[in-house]
Amino acid sequence: MCHQTVSLVARRLEAAGIATVVVGSARDIVEEAGVPRFVFVDFPLGNSCGKPGDRAMQRDIVSLAIEVVASSIAPRTTVQAPQRWGSDDWRDAFMAVGDHNRDALRAAGERRRAHQAAAR
Amino acid sequence: MSDRPDRQLEHRSHVSYIDKSREYYQAQGFEQAYRWAAFDEVPFTRLSKPVSECNVAVVTTSFLHHHDSYFGAPATDKVVYHHRVADVPDRMFTDDLSWDKQATHTDDTESFLPLSALRALADDGVIGSLNDRFFGVPTEYSQRRTGLDADQVAEWCEHDGVDIAVLVPL
Repeated sequence: MCHQTVSLVARRLEAAGIATVVVGSARDIVEEAGVPRFVFVDFPLGNSCGKPGDRAMQRDIVSLAIEVVASSIAPRTTVQAPQRWGSDDWRDAFMAVGDHNRDALRAAGERRRAHQAAAR
Repeated sequence: MSDRPDRQLEHRSHVSYIDKSREYYQAQGFEQAYRWAAFDEVPFTRLSKPVSECNVAVVTTSFLHHHDSYFGAPATDKVVYHHRVADVPDRMFTDDLSWDKQATHTDDTESFLPLSALRALADDGVIGSLNDRFFGVPTEYSQRRTGLDADQVAEWCEHDGVDIAVLVPL
């Protein structure tokens, strides 16, 4: 949801004449919304500007974002950052749905709907 | 350059969060799938000067203080804000947002709020300056409400003379 939020803000700022670049890790959400410039960092959600504590990586990614602003010539410019997270386990593990948690998810949904109904 | 023969066996080039979230909320019993924002037209502004002369601002979805949230939804009492870059807390509040809490953490704010990195680029003359304040936007399911927040951020950026905005979601 954060990726959609900043994508909508980027579109608004760009329309006001401010050049924007989104640095994010949910490629489909950003590209579906449609933004002028996007640096895709293929990491688990949370650290799109580089791994925690890795100042060199963070600087490289932010530098790339600035370069993309300088060099882009058309909207929907996506550049994939070359950095790698190092493992791929997170890809399937995040928001996983399976027999191991199906009952728990259904129960969590019931609690959430009850909370929403009470808040109305 | 090494190629990636393993890639499509397990994963395509990136995770589809739209697919993942649809399956997840279906499993929770929500029948109506969320309609993600989708536009055909995309605005585009060409830079009118070199980046070395540009004032750069950051837009984040993290917040300065704790906000209560329930059942995995973003907190509902958050309000669009601005804050001085010279006065950034050691930690930002991200607990209510849907980042990957199993795989990583957000204890290092520079991993999602790149103020020091941009200050270093300003010191080196790569960019003109880091804007005196950064901007925070609540994460909303309502695209209409986000539109109002975007209007506010645009107003602040215009007031500050921002040339480039770097937007980083969690």
